Amino acid sequence: MSKTIRLDSTEAAKFAAKIQERSGEPIDMCFQCGECSSACPVSSDMDLMPSTLVRFTQLGLKDELINAKTIWVCASCFHCVTRCPKGIDIAKVAEALRQELLRKKLDYVEVRDLSMEERQEIPQIAIISNLRKFSR
Amino acid sequence: MKIPYFPGCSLKTIGEGFEKSAIASAAILDFELEELPRWVCCGTVSSLTTDDLMHHLAPIRNLIRVEDIKETQLVTLCSVCYSTLKRSNALVKNDPEKLKTMNQFMDKENEYQGSVKVLHFLELLREMGFDKIKEKVKKPLRGLTLSPYYGCLLVRPKEFGIDNPEDPTILQELTKALGADVIDNPYQLKCCGSYHTVDKPNLVADLGYKILTYARNSGADALVLSCPLCAFNLDNRQREIKRQYPDFVEIPILYFTQLMALAFDLGEEKLGFDIHYVDPVPLLKEKQLLIDSLPLIKEK
Repeated sequence: MSKTIRLDSTEAAKFAAKIQERSGEPIDMCFQCGECSSACPVSSDMDLMPSTLVRFTQLGLKDELINAKTIWVCASCFHCVTRCPKGIDIAKVAEALRQELLRKKLDYVEVRDLSMEERQEIPQIAIISNLRKFSR
Repeated sequence: MKIPYFPGCSLKTIGEGFEKSAIASAAILDFELEELPRWVCCGTVSSLTTDDLMHHLAPIRNLIRVEDIKETQLVTLCSVCYSTLKRSNALVKNDPEKLKTMNQFMDKENEYQGSVKVLHFLELLREMGFDKIKEKVKKPLRGLTLSPYYGCLLVRPKEFGIDNPEDPTILQELTKALGADVIDNPYQLKCCGSYHTVDKPNLVADLGYKILTYARNSGADALVLSCPLCAFNLDNRQREIKRQYPDFVEIPILYFTQLMALAFDLGEEKLGFDIHYVDPVPLLKEKQLLIDSLPLIKEK
């Protein structure tokens, strides 16, 4: 399926630079070899493959990126950076993108949405790490 | 030798058997794991953005506590605590400006000098030598076949891992020294789903099914690991795996220190099997590694 993407070059470049700075990763170095996508253990649940996430970040496609399911599926397991020939840590890119929403108080997971049963059953290591990733 | 030890939240709750068996086994190897006074939660996951220093404060606060007692090492058992403490430590050691900023956030604490080395308990064992550990084995784990499982944070990213991030051997070496057999499991490095156990338990069950079924089909009797979050996802979540995959066969999950306590013959009270979801006791009795006096595990 083809899709036309309208680029606002100034805004797109600003967004790409912001994510590059916030993640600290050399996003421009990516040449789309796809090692990250093949290594990712949760790519089956993603709408954008990890390599596509990096390509879209190079292009500054803010709406596509912050509305992607992928940024909430990444488990920060660091398989991608282990395989990347350029050493780009995509977990950091995903975190920088999530922060774009979380810093505007748009939480993905909220404690009050967890049932009493879940709160009793799920250990604190899981709840704290989940909320650290997916809430303010 | 006394070494400050950082338990973190899980070792006092879901990983109780991990802590008890580690402290008892360490004593056999002449290590006294001494709980760090006034430790605080490490924050569980390391902050991955360059402009967020706030979430490095808790790990650094713990490292200050180590300097306060005039020590230079801090040992962890939990892979998550290990990674978080090690990453924050590396951040401030490599960036004096960030260290200065963080020190300004401290209130009653002394300033962090950057003198502490963060270690995982497995690193201490490797340094000591697996041959030395073998000498302490009283009851070799003969007949027990294990599938080592590393998950993520023990070995990745490579600059913070304790072994080769693509081909680690440390758990294999330890379990062999204790007398057990090991299988190769290509899923030994695959993520267990980690914190998605809160918002995507089905994804965690999918990942667990692959990891555990491969182990079972390859002849493993149990999985051996070092992370309490992996343990929750791979042990407790077997209930969800069974719901999603009717062909799934349960398999026990063991911490490496429980294997050590078994092999060192330290007694049932040091094992903490009573809070496991999949009861390892029938397996260990069948292999004649446990006698018949253990109480029954809680009803599921």
